[in-house]
Amino acid sequence: MREYASKNPWQATILGFIGILLLWMIFALWPAWLIDLIGKKKIFLNALFNGITLGGLYFLVASGFTLIFGLMRNVNLAHGSLYLLGGYVGFYVAEWTGYWLLAFPAAFIVVGFVGALMQIFVFRRMEGQDLRQTLVTIGLSIVFADLMLWSFGGDFFNISPPAWLSGPVETFFTTGVKRSSGELIFLKYPKVRLVIFAASVVVGVLIWLVLNRTRAGMLIRAGVDDRDMLSASGARIQLVFLGVFVFGAGLAGIAGVVGGTFQSVAPGEDIRFLLASLVVVIVGGMGSISGAALGALIVGLAEQFGSVYFPTYAVVLTFLIMVVVLAFRPQGLMGTD
Amino acid sequence: MAGPVSRTTQVAGPQTQVGQLANSSLPAAGLQHAEKNWLERIPASYWIVGVLLLIMPLFASDFVLYQIFGWTFILGLIALSLMFLGGYGGMVSMAQMTTAGLAGYLIAILGDSAITTISQGWPWYVTIPIALIITALFASAIGWLAVRTDGIYTIMITLAIAAAFFYFARQNYEVFNGFSGFNSVHPPALFGVDWRAATPFYYLTLFWAVVAYLAVLYLSRAPFGLALQGVRDNPRRMAALGYSVTAHRVAAYTVASIPAGIGGILLTWQSAQISPGTVGIGPSIDILVVAVIGGLGHPIGAFIGAFIYVLLKTFSTDVLIALGLSGERFRLLIGLGFLAIVFFSPDGVLGLWKKFRRWQHRDPFASSQSGKDLT
Repeated sequence: MREYASKNPWQATILGFIGILLLWMIFALWPAWLIDLIGKKKIFLNALFNGITLGGLYFLVASGFTLIFGLMRNVNLAHGSLYLLGGYVGFYVAEWTGYWLLAFPAAFIVVGFVGALMQIFVFRRMEGQDLRQTLVTIGLSIVFADLMLWSFGGDFFNISPPAWLSGPVETFFTTGVKRSSGELIFLKYPKVRLVIFAASVVVGVLIWLVLNRTRAGMLIRAGVDDRDMLSASGARIQLVFLGVFVFGAGLAGIAGVVGGTFQSVAPGEDIRFLLASLVVVIVGGMGSISGAALGALIVGLAEQFGSVYFPTYAVVLTFLIMVVVLAFRPQGLMGTD
Repeated sequence: MAGPVSRTTQVAGPQTQVGQLANSSLPAAGLQHAEKNWLERIPASYWIVGVLLLIMPLFASDFVLYQIFGWTFILGLIALSLMFLGGYGGMVSMAQMTTAGLAGYLIAILGDSAITTISQGWPWYVTIPIALIITALFASAIGWLAVRTDGIYTIMITLAIAAAFFYFARQNYEVFNGFSGFNSVHPPALFGVDWRAATPFYYLTLFWAVVAYLAVLYLSRAPFGLALQGVRDNPRRMAALGYSVTAHRVAAYTVASIPAGIGGILLTWQSAQISPGTVGIGPSIDILVVAVIGGLGHPIGAFIGAFIYVLLKTFSTDVLIALGLSGERFRLLIGLGFLAIVFFSPDGVLGLWKKFRRWQHRDPFASSQSGKDLT
């Protein structure tokens, strides 16, 4: 960080100033002129929290996508379908067993298994043919979408969180002062979203640890840098590919359960989350986990703040960010080359 | 039809070398037949198909003319623009439907529609050129963004751009009239002909399809097309030879926007409406499916793919019900067909045909090896 600051003093100053301003806006009681200008603090804080937690969900979807791309150069356009499948599996498992927590391993296993089948029977047969693999994933996404529509119908499903997670929790962020008594009012926020966000942070940290501190992670990083050399040096690269694909697909499945709890599971969500992961990895940088985290945060915040402050063009705002990043930093914010 | 072929293959300088580099068999084929009259060099199959298409209205019903063939030529035009980008430029763009849709929207916004508060009501000889020019500028901007990264990124970026345009058109009520779009967009009554009647519309779409097909065929052997194929095969070598790789790629997007734009205008006239649903993610993917099913190797593939797609879309319901399945499984059928093509014949139906011909005998006209394999 100090190195960055000494290299780009102006950028660092501006970033620091924005950071302080943001902290002040989060913790301070807003003066009246600010409320007149952009509305109540409660709205701002809610948008901020929603954006961050949505970013956590996007991170879960996009991290699998970016891992698979980084290692195998495979743009898996069926990733959204895996997400949706995870949502459906999670819904039925939670419904039948009555345990919400059981939905996560079930979705991970089922979707991971589908991912394994895709890797073994499809992608292994056309290794190194980027475009053909991508076309296959488009075909698969069409087929999966129709099969899911066939078997689950077009209804909206909502996975309900267990009783101990439902309801709001009072946070320590103030939103205002009561006029009558002068007491501080604190922000109430849905417990389940906070817990899920914490879980996605844990997942992110775990992925980072595995990638940077273990032998398997070393193999994966070596594969990202030079696939041919890794296989020439005797590593069983097909096993690494299979492992990463299963893990990435499984993460998409887990994200499906999370998305089903946050919002809903329905046809069309596959395309929505595929696009979200595309934008996240384009903004963050292809194949980089930290890039996926940063991109997910930016996209989630842009979407939520957009829908609060410029409701008409909220969706367009995300794509605008993508265009700006592409124009000035085509490799993505955290991209290396 | 084949006249320009022999001439452009003899251009001097680096282009010739590039031509040999890109498709080595082509110059030889051109020179071999150079002494023959160009009319004589058109293979018999072209004559048969041409005459059949011209006399089609004599025996085909209005439904076949308007819905099947009209739609085939329109989809073919849009897929042709993707084939030009993908086959000759090596850039598979998912934003071609977006380009076409913008042209269709502009016709509705600048010309006449039922939404009189937005539509300007300008005459056709103003709206059509302006629509095509704006479309070309828009496509160049997409191209400029997309070529900043290359290879497989293109498909992602253009898909994201297509989605952005779809959402923007759906949210914007001032210019794009939001969710409902525009209806009652009719072609001008030029020469006193009702161009929405089946036979005139058939000839209109046929005319533009043939013009665009010949133009792409010509361009693929003109210096620009050869340089573009050189950029596709080896950008570094082309850069070393002094060609601007970026400029050629962006120009390819600009050129490809013209057939797409014409297709978009015709599509708007055919259904008399344009709405965000026309430019959604599904239609964008369908254009890719059409181009790949037909084959990215040759311009005719776009039209073959479009014909197969239209036939499937029109008749799959009946076939599926006859097979005892629900008629709604059209997408499944398209998806499985697409998967089968990508798996077994990366060059599409044309690839299958080529395999058959190679096995049979060598064809003098279709022998070009141009177009990048999907391998």
